[in-house]
Amino acid sequence: MIRALGTTVGALALGLLPLALRSYQLGLLTKMLILAIFAMSLNLILGYGGLPSMGHAAYFGIAGYTVALLARGGLTHFGLELGAGIIAAALTAALFGLLALRTQGAYLLMITLALAQVLWGIAFGWRSVTGGDDGLPGIPRPVTGLLWSVGDGVRFYYLVLVVFAVAMALLWLVVRSPFGRALVGIRESERRMEVLGYNTWAHKYVAFVIAGALAGVAGILFVYDNRFVSPAYLSVVLSATGLIMVILGGAGTLLGPALGAAAIVFLENIISAQTQRWPLVLGLIYVVVTLFAPAGLLGLRWRRRATRPS
Amino acid sequence: MTATFWVIQLLNGLSFGMLLFLLAAGLSLIFGLMRILNLAHGSYYLLGAYVALWAVEWSGSLAVAMLAGISAVVALGVVMERVFLRRLPRHEELPQALLTFGFLLIVGDVALWIWGGTPQSLPTPPALATSLRVGPLVFPGYRVFLILLGAAVGVTLWFLQERTRIGAMLRAAIDDAEIAESTGINVSRLSTLVFALGAALAALGGIMAGPIIGVHPGVDFEILLLAFVVVIIGGLGSLKGALVGGLLVGCLDNFGKALFPELALFTIFAPMALILAIRPTGLFGTR
Repeated sequence: MIRALGTTVGALALGLLPLALRSYQLGLLTKMLILAIFAMSLNLILGYGGLPSMGHAAYFGIAGYTVALLARGGLTHFGLELGAGIIAAALTAALFGLLALRTQGAYLLMITLALAQVLWGIAFGWRSVTGGDDGLPGIPRPVTGLLWSVGDGVRFYYLVLVVFAVAMALLWLVVRSPFGRALVGIRESERRMEVLGYNTWAHKYVAFVIAGALAGVAGILFVYDNRFVSPAYLSVVLSATGLIMVILGGAGTLLGPALGAAAIVFLENIISAQTQRWPLVLGLIYVVVTLFAPAGLLGLRWRRRATRPS
Repeated sequence: MTATFWVIQLLNGLSFGMLLFLLAAGLSLIFGLMRILNLAHGSYYLLGAYVALWAVEWSGSLAVAMLAGISAVVALGVVMERVFLRRLPRHEELPQALLTFGFLLIVGDVALWIWGGTPQSLPTPPALATSLRVGPLVFPGYRVFLILLGAAVGVTLWFLQERTRIGAMLRAAIDDAEIAESTGINVSRLSTLVFALGAALAALGGIMAGPIIGVHPGVDFEILLLAFVVVIIGGLGSLKGALVGGLLVGCLDNFGKALFPELALFTIFAPMALILAIRPTGLFGTR
């Protein structure tokens, strides 16, 4: 009851906020929602599956580059761009998952980081296609295949809000499904789930690919929002920022990562306006959160599997 | 592409590989004993090089610079280990990784604040600024020195681990920390010692790379990534793996940059992916 009420109030607030906010503030809110989708996608594997990844930006960035190149090539259809970006992200996750999910713990972190850096290296080095370090500017937003045009800030915000709501609903369905329950079971004790007859590898792999595809959706929206893509979209800094958003908000909760994303975007905005030392402050946030708030704002502790791998 | 080209590239690759060995050995030792994935390892390289630069400008002596760089980094490493990492639950990789990533950001940004964004390099010691002639080939003296230094560090580490009392204690603690503790080995002190040693090796790497790679903002991330690739290929926790992986990655990187400049990183990552597919724990990794 309380939860239903909270959801209604939250949805109403997000729907009506554009009436109250100035365009700059609305832009900030848009960015919060986009990065919330990114954090929520990472939370599916980290919070529910217990699979830490230091390379989640790979799927965000590859979808972003795919859409940027298509849009610069003359494609204007939203549905086609979205589909192509999601497929690129899902295929990348499917490939990386094959290599990374053979390992766990520290190896998993290290390998996901290194694999994501491969894409970063390609984006950085292959100047003739990706623009190298300068990135690709002037990427047009889609004009066809949409119910309303998304040229201005308010209309674009509503597109992002709809995608955010759909992503949230999908994740809600996934974590409540038998698949989602099994995933949590694997997080708590993989061996027990194996003994019960579950194909644990397949569960982890499917979750990994879904998370990658959803991160891709966030990457596409981010490209539309900034009309720009650069190697930073693939960087380890973004991957790690995703992790701290999830941890700060509360891993393994549906809403926590979105709150964590909003908090980090908000802090970055305030602090960057005062000083150039945002990386320093972000670093301090990592230290403080891991030492003093490992359970995050929403408090449900992400626990490591009870059994240690032998 | 003459034979000279290949020999010189090989020499460059091996000398770079020895630098990578210095960096990966510390990362690997720390993980082997404490299961800590130290993302701040790139910072040790960065800080070591910057402090050495500072000291060499102030004192004019490369020996003083080396001492200052290594001491500063060892101090940072010991503080990280004793004051911060100890407070985290043991055997949880993610909090440790995030904490050390925080340090990576902090050190990188503070260094940018203090030393600015211009790439800098350390002077080559005059005694090593010569070149060696072997028949028609001319080798830069400093590169040859790096290979010899790496070999010397490798032999010393091997001797420490296999032939000394501390090494025996270390091997026991890596094998089973609890049982080692119960036989009277001070695992806590040993952990700090290993952390200090790992940090010192990375700082040494940063200082030794000073004349050829130099130091600039972002080099901490680049170095961390290369050290990761080395331990992924060689296997975490293995000195032999760090050496073999280091030399392999050093050569691959060098030939890649010379032959396919646009896809340089790819020549490292393709073999890494291949090894991952065949042996997920690396060539010499145990788990």
